[in-house]
Amino acid sequence: MEIKLWLNGKLIKDEVEPDTPMLEYLRSKGCYSVKRGCETSNCGLCTVWLEGKPILSCTMPLMRADGKHITTLEGLQDEAKEFGGFMADEGADQCGFCNIGFIMNVLAMPRELENPTDDEIKEYLAGNLCRCTGYMSQMRAIKRYIAFKQGAEQGGESNEG
Amino acid sequence: MIDMLRCNEYIFAESLEQAYELNQKKNNKIIAGNAWVKMGSKQWGKAIDLSRLGLDRIEETEEEFIIGAMTPLREIEKHAGLNDYTSGAIYESVRHIVGTQFRNTVTVGGSIYGRFGFSDVLTIFLALDSYVELYKGGIIPLKEYALMPYDRDILVNLRVKRTALRVAYDSFRNQSTDFPVLTCATSLAGDRLRVAIGARPSKARLVEVEYDRDRLDQVIDSFNFGTNMRASAEYRKHLAMVLLTRTIDKITDDIRE
Repeated sequence: MEIKLWLNGKLIKDEVEPDTPMLEYLRSKGCYSVKRGCETSNCGLCTVWLEGKPILSCTMPLMRADGKHITTLEGLQDEAKEFGGFMADEGADQCGFCNIGFIMNVLAMPRELENPTDDEIKEYLAGNLCRCTGYMSQMRAIKRYIAFKQGAEQGGESNEG
Repeated sequence: MIDMLRCNEYIFAESLEQAYELNQKKNNKIIAGNAWVKMGSKQWGKAIDLSRLGLDRIEETEEEFIIGAMTPLREIEKHAGLNDYTSGAIYESVRHIVGTQFRNTVTVGGSIYGRFGFSDVLTIFLALDSYVELYKGGIIPLKEYALMPYDRDILVNLRVKRTALRVAYDSFRNQSTDFPVLTCATSLAGDRLRVAIGARPSKARLVEVEYDRDRLDQVIDSFNFGTNMRASAEYRKHLAMVLLTRTIDKITDDIRE
């Protein structure tokens, strides 16, 4: 079947099998950040954005993205690198396997929630499972990142060291 | 072998009539959020996609909410009108379902059509004055639809009347984001009490009685509870009384306020 979509801002026209999973398709296009974890739509590892909203690429049929925009971590390099610095500072990056889906959802959060509370952060990210960190270090990283972004918006200092 | 939708063709329905015609073949399948269908191993003939029929939105009128079958769960979770009408019970019913990405992916229609035993969505809407709009079958009460066998009609909309009522929702999970051990939605319209209990572990059922705070145990006795890997029947029955009491407390507190 013919499909036309924008992947990280780049228009792609392709011929695909009708049941091609979105996740496998994205990897075939070089987006190796997108990974398959749980097989049951539960772990959040495969999170990408469809029309700017986080979805599960293991579940959403690729064909439903026809005519739409998909964003993967490869399309958010600068933001991901910025937030990754906060994760590293807080030891929130251990085995690293869940990082990609987690970062995709963290970066989606401020686009939807303004000044989220701790409970709102936890609820927004409940679908991103991590078996290393216990989430405390991730929470610290998120809160420092949000504070940094708010400071930057108000003309504050950048995150150096 | 990975879990995925398997089909020979993928069809974007251009009309409900076309979708209905395609859906009459047992080898074809309507795809909603795909979270459940992808878990199977069946090779479908045609996957029928309703996403271009404008069924992904919530319409609000003075009499009712009309929720398109392809509306993601995340949209009812955030919908101000629905949550104002239900005092946040809609939000409470879906916020524990896996995660934001999942709720952006799966749909109201998929949940209601599936009539899954674990469904929070079926439970909350059973306690409201809800109706399903079927393409051929017309508009029928959700409580009837919940008992009907699966057929090949198309679920177009879920309609929720703005009946004057108070409603509350509660559920219990052994672990965050897991399937619920038990779900409970309770509404009170005048002295008419509607109690929907799901994940028993079978699908949600509705019981309607005249409200009597001293006879809640009789309400619970009218439900059957079963045992599975998450909980025993006895535990579920105990939980049911706890959740029913909590939801009643919430509703009656609302009234006092």
